[in-house]
Amino acid sequence: METFLSRYRNLSVLLALIVGQLLLLAYQVKAREDVRLIRLWAVTAVTPLARGIEWVRGGTGGFFTGYIFLRDVQAENQRLRQEVGQMKLRNQFLTAELTTADRAKALLEFRSRIPSKTLPARVIGTGTGANSRVVFVDRGSNDGVKRGMAAITPDGIVGKVVAAYPMASLVQLITEQGSVAGVVSQKNHVRGTLKGQGTTNCIVDYVQNEDKLEPGEWFYTSGADRIFPRGLPVGQVKMVREGRGGKEVVVTPSAVTGSVEEMLIVIDGVQGLIPEPETPASPQISILPAPPPMPGEDQRVAPSAAGEAAGAMQTDADKLRDKYRRIGESQGVDIGSPGPLADFNRNPPAQSAQPAPNAATTPGAQPPAGARTAPGAQPPAAPKPQEPRKQ
Amino acid sequence: MTEYDDRILQAGPRKAKISHFRPAAYIIIPLIAILFQVYVPRFVDFLSYLELPLLVVVYFSLMRRQPVAGAVIGTVIGLVQDSLSQHPLGMFGIAKTLVGYFSASISMRFDVENNALRFILSFFFFLFHQVAFWVFARGLLGQNLELQIPQSIIFAFLNAVVAVPLFLIMDKLRVEEQ
Repeated sequence: METFLSRYRNLSVLLALIVGQLLLLAYQVKAREDVRLIRLWAVTAVTPLARGIEWVRGGTGGFFTGYIFLRDVQAENQRLRQEVGQMKLRNQFLTAELTTADRAKALLEFRSRIPSKTLPARVIGTGTGANSRVVFVDRGSNDGVKRGMAAITPDGIVGKVVAAYPMASLVQLITEQGSVAGVVSQKNHVRGTLKGQGTTNCIVDYVQNEDKLEPGEWFYTSGADRIFPRGLPVGQVKMVREGRGGKEVVVTPSAVTGSVEEMLIVIDGVQGLIPEPETPASPQISILPAPPPMPGEDQRVAPSAAGEAAGAMQTDADKLRDKYRRIGESQGVDIGSPGPLADFNRNPPAQSAQPAPNAATTPGAQPPAGARTAPGAQPPAAPKPQEPRKQ
Repeated sequence: MTEYDDRILQAGPRKAKISHFRPAAYIIIPLIAILFQVYVPRFVDFLSYLELPLLVVVYFSLMRRQPVAGAVIGTVIGLVQDSLSQHPLGMFGIAKTLVGYFSASISMRFDVENNALRFILSFFFFLFHQVAFWVFARGLLGQNLELQIPQSIIFAFLNAVVAVPLFLIMDKLRVEEQ
């Protein structure tokens, strides 16, 4: 055995290392527990260095870029940023009284407006791995942050806390593969599940093909996932099309479009309301007044208010049906019943003083000869009612 | 076989020269690489493609020319990287263990101070690392990750481009044997 191990020493060590890590993986997957100690060491080793670098960068970088190189441009840039932030917050909260758009102040403003209890946090690093969509923030379990808490900004939801360490936390962005959130559309209240794709866009699953969704429509959190409180903006529909299992909906998250610098960790979430859309649901649709009666139509209409209303609301389909019914009546054929067919090539008989068939079922209207009425309907007494035919 | 081939291909494992570094280099260089990956993409987003910890594993393994050392270096750096990610511990660890082992095994046969070979090896091991990670994520964890092949090839090329000058800089940290 000893000879075997010494002969295949390299391979033995490789196998031992891989088997050891496989066991570690298996333990984490089976027990659904993290090996917290190792992570704690690594994060504790890296966090102070990251904070130090951030401090040095913030100080020296701000001095050089703000005062030495580009003083005017930097000032203008700051002013423009303030204006953009101001406009966003105005739209977000329907208020015209927000006078400052400084990001930190805006975050405080937002924080005071939402009912949930939140904690401001600052990004201090990103996760490892190419295209990593996780960030480290400078708030940890010492500040009350726990795993599963939501991270938000005034623009919308950012992600959720996947690990909380004493001095820092790991936030998984909503765009990361595997991220999910319950969402509901603003206009038609279509429910679905937002899923991160590892790209800048997300998809919304479980939307039926029959559901109404339009590009540009906003999605809000539904609160169904018990992570994000209801009523927070999520993003706008970028593309929607019908698929095999349901609609394919692509959503552009509103808060994770650029780099996120500050965010709020929701310590105690309170469900909010989903704001009503600003524009009417379908501006093309409106209720118009009833059209004037067609020439000659007044003869057919019963002399009652209800009959007039029925005649006035007659559609082209009703008129056509009325015409064919009159042709059938003139030939003694009841349309819709088994028996001989009427000759529809003949012209309909001239209009008499008979009431309109549509008015037959309305109170006070005269039923036409041979016209069918609803079972059990009482024919009017005057002047000489005909017995309704049984169906 | 040409003279150039002779220079690239070692006559045998015995002729392979093992490079030595100060113990601090084995700690500080990987730490800088990991910090770079944690911190720099925050400000320079397009640099997020750089897998500096992987390049460090490849470099140390190539220069050490000992498969055991390469595997151990890969394991340690991979596990630290795992600790700072959202993945379970061991995903980067296993991938980098294999990278370290194989790159050290290759170094016993080739002249790893040749820049062209370094470029090719960096390109190859980046792809190997991505594919291995994808296989483990799907096979072991059942995650539905997508292997973006064109993007991975471009990233492998860019990492290989960075690797050549990076390895030349790290060559300066070698301790000359008396």
